[in-house]
Amino acid sequence: MVDMISRKEVRVANPCGLHIRPAYLFARLAARYEASIEIIKDGQSVNGKSVLEILMLAATRDTVLTIVARGRDAEQAVESLAPVIERETPPEEDLSLAEGSRTV
Amino acid sequence: MKFSSFILVEAIRADLKAEDKRGVVEEMVGALVKAAGVKAEEQEGIVQAVMKREELGSTGIGRGVAVPHTKHASVNRLIGTVGISRDGVDFNSLDGEKVQIFFLLVSPPDRPGDHLRALENISRQLRDDTFCRFLKEAKSVEDIKQLLDEADSNQG
Repeated sequence: MVDMISRKEVRVANPCGLHIRPAYLFARLAARYEASIEIIKDGQSVNGKSVLEILMLAATRDTVLTIVARGRDAEQAVESLAPVIERETPPEEDLSLAEGSRTV
Repeated sequence: MKFSSFILVEAIRADLKAEDKRGVVEEMVGALVKAAGVKAEEQEGIVQAVMKREELGSTGIGRGVAVPHTKHASVNRLIGTVGISRDGVDFNSLDGEKVQIFFLLVSPPDRPGDHLRALENISRQLRDDTFCRFLKEAKSVEDIKQLLDEADSNQG
């Protein structure tokens, strides 16, 4: 099977940047996909399934990042992951986490 | 952001006594008070705020590391401390592992960038297996300080 590659540029909307909670939401969601997930900032590429690596980006508000997914479900992965970075309050089924991103 | 610019050496604890999450937070905030990083009357408020933040999702970020933190108006710059637990503490970590290495951070409410830069430094250093292992094996505050200094100087 040919691997699909999907990529998207996204802008960090969270006022506090990509801190632990959004990083965790991203990594947890990314882990649901078979595709490998990379996040790229100014040529620095990290594994989107690792909270530690995402935190290394120190991506403040308005930083432009590129999400790159490679694998069978690459397209779905990018579509569902982009909003975590692009929305001020990351979408999340867990209400307590979503609420936290508004208060802190 | 280098460790030396936010870690209060006098608040480092090489052998945390606490055996649960709240205990660790109390012990580390207490250490900040003793190091004169925060005022004693703010101690309980900071502990509560850190615990409230933990309720939103654990700051145990994997590899036996947690970064409990809060914003608090009583500090005018980002301050933090390091604590090591010999046996590890259940911190509801993302990967389910017990936590042995703690970085506790308190930042002013209006400085999210500093908090991010501290997280960036912590996470980058923690990718280094040797750094993690040495921290866990550190026997004294001096050992920990040396590891942080080395990490700082490697950062250039």
